[in-house]
Amino acid sequence: MTMLLDQPKNCQPWTAHSARIVDIRPEVPGVATYDLVLDDPQVASAYRFRPGQFNMLYLPGFGESAISISSDPARHDVLSHTVRVAGNVTQALAKQKVGDRIAVRGPFGSDWPVNACRGHDIVLACGGIGLAPLRPAIYHILNHREDYGRVIVLYGARTPGDLLYTAEFSAWREKKLEVEVSVDVGTPDWKGHIGVVPVLFYRLRLQPERTSVMSCGPEIMMRFVVFEALARKVRPENIYVSLERNMSCGMGFCGHCQMGPYFVCKDGPVFNFRQVEPYFHLEDL
Amino acid sequence: MFVNKAPIKSYLSVGKSQLQSLIDGLHKLGYQTIGPRIVDGAIVYGELNAISDLPVGYVDWQDGGKYRLEPSDEAGHFDYVVGPDSLKKFLFPARETLLQSIRVDGTWNMATPDPAPHPLAVFGVRSCDLHALAIQDKVFLGGPYVDPGYQSRRNALFVVAVNCRRAAATCFCHSMKTGPAVEGGFDLALTELADRFVVQVGSTRGAEVMTNIEWTACTLQDIDDARSISKTLRDQMRTRAHNAETQRESELPRERHLDTTDIHDLLLDNLEHPRWSQVANRCLACANCTIVCPTCFCSSVSEVSDLSGDNVRRERAWDSCFTAEHSYMNTGTVRKTTASRYRQWLTHKLATWTDQFGTSGCVGCGRCITWCPVGIDLTEEVAAIRGDES
Ligand SMILES: Cc1cc2nc3c(=O)[nH]c(=O)nc-3n(C[C@H](O)[C@H](O)[C@H](O)COP(=O)(O)OP(=O)(O)OC[C@H]3O[C@@H](n4cnc5c(N)ncnc54)[C@H](O)[C@@H]3O)c2cc1C
Ligand code: SF4
Ligand code: SF4
Repeated sequence: MTMLLDQPKNCQPWTAHSARIVDIRPEVPGVATYDLVLDDPQVASAYRFRPGQFNMLYLPGFGESAISISSDPARHDVLSHTVRVAGNVTQALAKQKVGDRIAVRGPFGSDWPVNACRGHDIVLACGGIGLAPLRPAIYHILNHREDYGRVIVLYGARTPGDLLYTAEFSAWREKKLEVEVSVDVGTPDWKGHIGVVPVLFYRLRLQPERTSVMSCGPEIMMRFVVFEALARKVRPENIYVSLERNMSCGMGFCGHCQMGPYFVCKDGPVFNFRQVEPYFHLEDL
Repeated sequence: MFVNKAPIKSYLSVGKSQLQSLIDGLHKLGYQTIGPRIVDGAIVYGELNAISDLPVGYVDWQDGGKYRLEPSDEAGHFDYVVGPDSLKKFLFPARETLLQSIRVDGTWNMATPDPAPHPLAVFGVRSCDLHALAIQDKVFLGGPYVDPGYQSRRNALFVVAVNCRRAAATCFCHSMKTGPAVEGGFDLALTELADRFVVQVGSTRGAEVMTNIEWTACTLQDIDDARSISKTLRDQMRTRAHNAETQRESELPRERHLDTTDIHDLLLDNLEHPRWSQVANRCLACANCTIVCPTCFCSSVSEVSDLSGDNVRRERAWDSCFTAEHSYMNTGTVRKTTASRYRQWLTHKLATWTDQFGTSGCVGCGRCITWCPVGIDLTEEVAAIRGDES
């Protein structure tokens, strides 16, 4: 039995890699995108991620946070992370300047099924910061536009001023992404929808048998997205959600991110709805 | 007959006084030796340099929220069972440094410390705890990532197992198929007979250690005697399920057993059972059960920094699913109620652990029953959910 123990695997999974902040782009109040370059050229050149995966960003003295990678997976020069200031770690990150160094462990977790969904129409339904983990999937789709049918982004935020990446929407629309935006609370000059994301489904004419749905946002929003998608006869196995849980490691050691039989860090964060169906509706699980 | 080289799987007969030379032999090979000791009225693992330091002649009495040690004329070297300690604290220490970061000229140098652990030989490990060890191996070594600290300590561990001759009322290894007979995963396994020990050799390292010790080959009768100790105990434990009726009327602690039939589906089909809030009315959410459990592995990581902020350690410490922080997110704590935390713990132990690691997370050691201040008993909770309260 000790033979099994001596096999070399990833031997230093706790070692974080120093990275330089090469750009900081304020997005909306409380949210900025940080572009990182890993310092060790060997680590940097070996680094690859898939859409939907996340890194553990480490600020020594403050701690680690799970943050999705929000850049184009085909780009190997920088890694972007779009971060909302929440507490200890994210506040410390917000105080960093271009040129400062933080550290990265990753990438971790499962990914959006951009390959399995080829040939499908795709609905990307997200709320708030939930657009960040979907943006790499959007970039992938834009890079391989001919592989997909209709692609619809349903995006909601609290107010028009909280909408992320609005400067990119026209480029997305040019490549025939349908971008439908809604806010909870409008402003006098807001001409778009008002209401929650699931309501945006009402006007879509989907071909459910060839439609996949990918959703990321508050769990309550995703429950309604799933409800609306199922009501429109989208197959449950074609619906994907990205879950969020407290996590201290990203590797299934710390136990915090459990959800029923899953470790959200390594079995997720992206789940097929079929996987989480028995647990999704349960309070406090 | 004195033969130096003992083959793996062989059974050797060793005089009781020779146990000291086993300790000495391990010292010679560089091992620190650990064994059961009495501290504050309970059996815990401590330094063991002399066989006379073992709690020879003691037995333990355990029940929900109760633990007592007593001298007994019939008791030998190892006739108490498990105390609050297990191997867990040696391989997955309650606190350990995961990463050391030093800032020089604005750049962080980061490395995982490699403490090159001291080789450790632990005496008196029971079958349930060997199964717990195998389970923690799956958690820390069996996935896509390997925990380096656990791995190096694990490789430096030498296990001297013991076959139990009696069980506590809280033991239910027979239900979990984790005992009482030691079946593998040890370097040496001891069975105490009236006048000597039968030593089973479980590994090359075990065989090596035996070259320093005087032994004779066991006769078939010796082997039979040793085996029948485990078999008798097992048969005795197996009658518990049928004696439930008489048990209920007696004053003695209820002898535990757990019906594991379809337990995975039983629990997951009953996530909204009223029993969860009933047990939560008693549960203090103190986390004792998770701390004493030999398989529980939850932890949290925190930062320890010097004043300059240029020297930072990341420290991992045991945590528990019974705390609110365990599932805290700034968008809301997931498990807000004690009911949801007890449900998480029990369903993880007995159901979802199987999905995750292909084995139950419970080895039936009974520690969580004994060390629960209010005597909450997982076998009772499962029986209540099954609806056949026993
Ligand atoms: C897979 C995944 C991807 C994520 N991607 C992003 C992203 O792209 N952008 C972004 O802004 N945020 C993201 N988050 C949320 C982000 O991890 C938390 O907001 C962050 O950890 C808060 O840390 P803090 O120290 O600033 O806050 P505090 O409130 O001080 O948090 C203390 C600790 O609680 C835990 N915690 C608190 N809130 C959360 C939370 N919402 N999710 C998980 N753990 C939490 C963390 O362990 C944190 O260290 C993601 C979370 C997960 C699980
Ligand atoms: S759950 Fe209780 S009986 Fe089972 S292994 Fe853990 S402490 Fe022992
Ligand atoms: S079950 Fe008992 S030991 Fe466990 S948290 Fe509740 S009161 Fe504490």
